[in-house]
Amino acid sequence: MGAPVAMGSLELLAFSPPGWGGVLLRGLATSLTIAFGGYSVGLLIGIGGAFGKLYGGPVLRDLLACYTTIVRAIPELVLIVLLYYAGSDIVNQVLALFGSPPMDINGLVAGIVVIGFVQGAYSTEVLRGAIKAIAPGQIEAARSYAMGPGLLLRRIILPIMLPHAIPGLSNLWLIATKDTALLAVIGFSELTLATRQAGGATKAYFLFFCSAGILYLLVTLLSTVGIRRIERHANRGMPDVG
Amino acid sequence: MTSWLKPHRIVLLLIAAGLVALVATSMRWYWLPNYYGALLAGIWKTLLILVVTSFLGFLFAVPLGLVQVTGPRPLAMLSQGFCTIIRGTPLLLQLWLLYYGLGSLFPQIPQIRDSFLWPYLREAWPYAVLALTLSFAGYEGEVMRGAFAGIPYGELEAARAYGMKPFTMLRRIWLPRAVQRALPTLNGEVVLQLKATPLVATITVIDVYAVISKIRQDTYVIYEPLLLLSLIYLCLTGILVVIFRYFENRIPTLNA
Repeated sequence: MGAPVAMGSLELLAFSPPGWGGVLLRGLATSLTIAFGGYSVGLLIGIGGAFGKLYGGPVLRDLLACYTTIVRAIPELVLIVLLYYAGSDIVNQVLALFGSPPMDINGLVAGIVVIGFVQGAYSTEVLRGAIKAIAPGQIEAARSYAMGPGLLLRRIILPIMLPHAIPGLSNLWLIATKDTALLAVIGFSELTLATRQAGGATKAYFLFFCSAGILYLLVTLLSTVGIRRIERHANRGMPDVG
Repeated sequence: MTSWLKPHRIVLLLIAAGLVALVATSMRWYWLPNYYGALLAGIWKTLLILVVTSFLGFLFAVPLGLVQVTGPRPLAMLSQGFCTIIRGTPLLLQLWLLYYGLGSLFPQIPQIRDSFLWPYLREAWPYAVLALTLSFAGYEGEVMRGAFAGIPYGELEAARAYGMKPFTMLRRIWLPRAVQRALPTLNGEVVLQLKATPLVATITVIDVYAVISKIRQDTYVIYEPLLLLSLIYLCLTGILVVIFRYFENRIPTLNA
């Protein structure tokens, strides 16, 4: 008689309150929001970082090298814990400096910033490699047409480097979706922590963790389909290799 | 080496040294001597988990990659499915699924309670080792698949022309060449594995991350232990990279 309790019945996954399906789906929505936000922040940092590393002055280059090396060498979990506490503390100290009362940092925003900071280091390296793969003649030609840096970036560098960057960037997106699970450790209620709470309340750990696993897997598989489409679009007009 | 020490680097290094000195003098480090032994034990546990799970995971990754290239179709699909599931879900979820999920199923099966395995199944570390091993195998299995598939066909043909049986061919030619091709990626995978090890602290295994968490709880010092932890992982990663670079330089390659 013990086994059915542990396996749980599928009624536990119902959407309305006696079931926990709605809680899981809300957790999934939070996870995806953070993953998307963090990925976008990371991409912005990455574009800036890649340009700094390639065209910046010597001091900027060294600082960026420190950033990417250190962030990539320390476990994401440690970075998330450190940045989460330090980040909210610094914000509050700055607020205190201006005489404002301390504010409660929104967990969602903190998660996005933290994931974005970590992702930025990886994006920097991916984009730097992709920009370096552009034939220098293309950039020289654009410069000789007197294009400013902004126009050069928008018209020449970003479109040409995209096919080279997509494999690395899509990998980073998949990592971002999985890294959001680490926010569970600092008590932020995204999919993984919601799952554990559901399991703790009903003792049907196995059922809930399997369902959450299927949700994550669906995100990964659907992303892979989408990535393949983007890849085909970005590679149009490129010579077919293999 | 002289080109490494440009003037701006010296200034940056001085600033960095100043920051380190500021951190060392102005922050609270009084707890360090009390937890010296615990920290060393934690680092040792982390390294032990890293080495054991990477080794076991690699052993498991070899058949995973092989059956995807040459195995019967059901086995190949099974192996591919395993790699997809491992790579498509967060490691933390896998770890909790094994620890909480299996942990909630086992006590209800009386046969397991009576078996000799029970004392181990009640501990946390077997679940940690299992989860990290499977994770490493999933990621490295994909690499091994590429390595097995990428061996020039002529080499295998030559082996067959010498009358080698399939197993001899695998043992003498295919496997050594595939492992050699996969070795350069091993560095990155092992560093990733090191960065995955602190997750085991969430299921009560006492690695270096767990020791630091305990220090923070005991002393109410928030940042200093985390900074030290970052430094420890930075050093461990650096040491791993140096070791792998040493071995990579010793493997002769044509396009080196």
